[in-house]
Amino acid sequence: MRTHGNGPAFSAHEVTKVYTMGEVEVHALRGVDLELRPSELVVLLGPSGSGKSTLLNILGGLDVPTSGTVWYRDHELTAADESELTRYRREHVGFVFQFYNLIPSLTAVENVALVTDISEDPMDPAKALDLVELGDRKDHFPAQLSGGEQQRVAIARAIAKQPEVLLCDEPTGALDISTGILVLEAIARVNRELGTTVAVITHNVAIAAMADRVLRMADGRIASAERNERRISASELEW
Amino acid sequence: MLTLDRKLLRDLSQLKGQGLAIGLVIAAGVAMFAMYSSTFESLDHTHTVYYDRYRLADVFASLKRAPLSTVSRLEALPGVAQVEPRVVVQVTLDVPGMTEPARGLLLSIPEHRRAILNDVHLLRGRYIQATRPDEVLVIEAFATAHGLEPGDPIGAVINGRRRELMIVGIALSPEYVYTIAPGDLLPDDRRFGVFWMGRRALSSAFDMEGGFNDVSLALGPGASSEAVIADVDRLLERYGGLGAIPRRLQVSAWFVANEMREMKTMGSILPVVFLAVAAFLLNVVLSRIISVQRTQVAALKAVGYTNREVALHYTKLALAVAFAGGVLGVAVGAWLGRGMTSMYSQYFRFPEFQYFLSPRIAIIALAVSLAAATLGAFGAVRRAVKLPPAEAMRPEPPASFKRGWLERSGLTRMLSEPGRMILRNLGRSPVRTLLSSTGIAFAIALLVFGFFFVDAVELLMKAQFEEVMLHDVTTTFVEPTSAAARHEVERLPGVLYTEPFRAVPVRLRYGARSRQTVVMGLPAVPRLNRVIGQKAGVVELPAKGLVLSSSLGGVLGVEVGDRIIVEVLEGRRPVRTVPVARLVDEYLGTSAYMEIGALRRLMREGAVLSGAFLKVDPAELDRLHTRLKVTPRVAGVSLSTAAYESFQNTIGQTLGLMITINLIFAAVIACGVVYNSARISLSERERDLASLRVLGFTRAEISFILLGELAVVTLIAVPLGLALGYLFCRGIISALATELLRIPMVVEPVSYAWAAVAVVAVSALSGLAVRRRLDRLDLVAVLKSRE
Repeated sequence: MRTHGNGPAFSAHEVTKVYTMGEVEVHALRGVDLELRPSELVVLLGPSGSGKSTLLNILGGLDVPTSGTVWYRDHELTAADESELTRYRREHVGFVFQFYNLIPSLTAVENVALVTDISEDPMDPAKALDLVELGDRKDHFPAQLSGGEQQRVAIARAIAKQPEVLLCDEPTGALDISTGILVLEAIARVNRELGTTVAVITHNVAIAAMADRVLRMADGRIASAERNERRISASELEW
Repeated sequence: MLTLDRKLLRDLSQLKGQGLAIGLVIAAGVAMFAMYSSTFESLDHTHTVYYDRYRLADVFASLKRAPLSTVSRLEALPGVAQVEPRVVVQVTLDVPGMTEPARGLLLSIPEHRRAILNDVHLLRGRYIQATRPDEVLVIEAFATAHGLEPGDPIGAVINGRRRELMIVGIALSPEYVYTIAPGDLLPDDRRFGVFWMGRRALSSAFDMEGGFNDVSLALGPGASSEAVIADVDRLLERYGGLGAIPRRLQVSAWFVANEMREMKTMGSILPVVFLAVAAFLLNVVLSRIISVQRTQVAALKAVGYTNREVALHYTKLALAVAFAGGVLGVAVGAWLGRGMTSMYSQYFRFPEFQYFLSPRIAIIALAVSLAAATLGAFGAVRRAVKLPPAEAMRPEPPASFKRGWLERSGLTRMLSEPGRMILRNLGRSPVRTLLSSTGIAFAIALLVFGFFFVDAVELLMKAQFEEVMLHDVTTTFVEPTSAAARHEVERLPGVLYTEPFRAVPVRLRYGARSRQTVVMGLPAVPRLNRVIGQKAGVVELPAKGLVLSSSLGGVLGVEVGDRIIVEVLEGRRPVRTVPVARLVDEYLGTSAYMEIGALRRLMREGAVLSGAFLKVDPAELDRLHTRLKVTPRVAGVSLSTAAYESFQNTIGQTLGLMITINLIFAAVIACGVVYNSARISLSERERDLASLRVLGFTRAEISFILLGELAVVTLIAVPLGLALGYLFCRGIISALATELLRIPMVVEPVSYAWAAVAVVAVSALSGLAVRRRLDRLDLVAVLKSRE
């Protein structure tokens, strides 16, 4: 296997993805090349249907491309079988989804513990909730939490295993601006304080300002990539 | 506790209605298994210990009379370990406070020691004393029926003379666990009793001093009873041996073994049905849960739970339900088993009938229910495992609907939109629709079976007592006697009509197979004791050849036209070859018949008769009874109506209880299936139905869509269930068919109707329970919620 000392955290080459949904065939990715550096915060911008979620799922080992190669450090994800992908997700990746995907029958702290139960070196679930400033809501069930609070629980759940990568799929998509900013602050904090590589996908252009790098996707390809001269903090974002 | 298990507990508590319904189905199956198996084991253990401890003989033989010196020759036979000779006689009893005569069987026992074989167990009182020749022990069932206690006298007609006997002890015997009079079909504790009397006293009363007419043998280890029987028969032939039988064919042991076989059959067939239904329900419910929790499955996988962990998580859900159901089932089974055991102790008398449910049965019951649950969970869980996490993250694509053949046929053009929705929903998952219907059909089948059993037993008894046994009284003479005896009987008070019979003890032999039995010689067209087949109807006895019941034919392996060897076991013991003229599919017993003239020709005898069936004027019955008690020539009297009554009192009661249990369990299945189907339809259709409500449909209209589906499923189930019920009865009949009893395959239309109506009613109730949820549908919340 290749070793990457200071090499990219992720590198993807010529990635395509075709899937069928119902009775329709969808070309989600049409040849994507991509590198993500360690501790980088990247925002993937693009309208719905541009293939961002598919790309994120492939990076997170939730999905496999139809063709192309994807490496995470020295793991070739495209050569991994299902159990290897599961181990990869378990050991390295934290996910945050647009619709939070919390387990409704578990409290906030239990949702976090769900992950720490199967991690090798997790942080205390309560501490993870403190990190997203939800320490006092830890015994609430998802149904008793607001959307923003649920998303922060999801972030706590994602980071509690101290992952090297945090992948966020439209984390603010279902939230209003002020709660959205709270959530983005939590994500930025994780990137800053834990040095986690973060990829955020969104269709909200305003969020791009908090990234180190912004990738724009359209029609299954990366249309442009630009580096932000100055990263602004999440609290300064407006939309 | 792992967090995932906490989720499990919360999911379970969410699911309590459905979980309960499935758990109860499992509990019902396990309860049946545990009930039958534990009763079987208890009975098995009890009778084995009893036979062993009280030394029930291995071989029994009756004969006319042999000198006691024969005993040592019997002992010398290879394989014979112990020999107990005795005197056995049938007498008519005169019980205080009872007008009609009762039959007694007097068995001799040694005065100075306990019997080597077939020892009695004394419940109350004491053993007989050598110095008091009138002392007897009486079997407990008879004593209880008459309230007899040690110290009470009882009259017996012994060798033509009435004699007063003194009861000194109440006893049980391994030989009479099931006490039934010779030739009877049902036990009648009031009219038949077994007594034990001192050997010397009994011998002198019947001119048997220095001899014996009955002998029991115990075999040495490894000895074959067939070989010993052959030797014994050869030895006893010149002493009028009636053919030795192995313990297996000894009446009481045979009944016990038959009953145990039945128990085993029921205990293995019925639970399978329940567990299969439970597995199916678990599959459906789990599939639905997994479909609802699609995004949760995705999240679990995304955060790194392995397929195995996810599979185990959902399998545990099924296992938890099955475990709870299993434990409840074992508990209920133990309770029912105890009840069943105490019911059995009414017919089967043991010194101690201890009920136990062995850990082995409990473990098997639990293991089987867990296995059924795993099987049910398997398919559903596999789908969850196979679901790629990225795909699971997205809501399910809209279900694809097609116009099925039913629609293309144009039939549905007559239906309204809701009607079409119902049809398409059902048609979309035809397998599940069919399985749901099958589940309900099982409930119907179970009920059909329950009702059938009542019908069948009733019909059987009706046939026996209203078609076959048209006589009121059977009198048996001490010895085969001349036709003059018939006139004597005809002159008895109240006798309207008599029909003589000739009963000849024989051994029938065909090839290597043989069977001891009695050939009944009857008039060609008997009027008081008819020969009736299930299909054949009233059978006329041909002038030549034997008529055998089909089950005896089966035992011997003969067909019509085969020539079988008839070894007569009385008188000059002729051996003849006789063709089988006919096989009759009788309900009960293993009988052989011949036209009385043909039988007499075979015996080369004149108008000899063994007894007579009597038709009696009911008004004169008491006088007849009084006379019969003191008629020396008459050895035994049996009364048909009395037997019928005793049947209805005991077996009828037992059957009633069994039906009730069946009924409850069938209701459990029906509820389980319908309630679960309805809940799942509701869960799947909740959004659609709420949308329809928003569009302005009324509650009644959306209820029609949901309940309409259930109604269709139930309606499909009805014919299926009736057919399944029929097959079920057939299967159980053939599994239960014993030499003793062949249950007729008759299901009354009204039973079918009841079974269908009961299940449809249960379905309707379950549907209504779910409809109440429909009324509480929160339109806004439902529309907001996302699958």
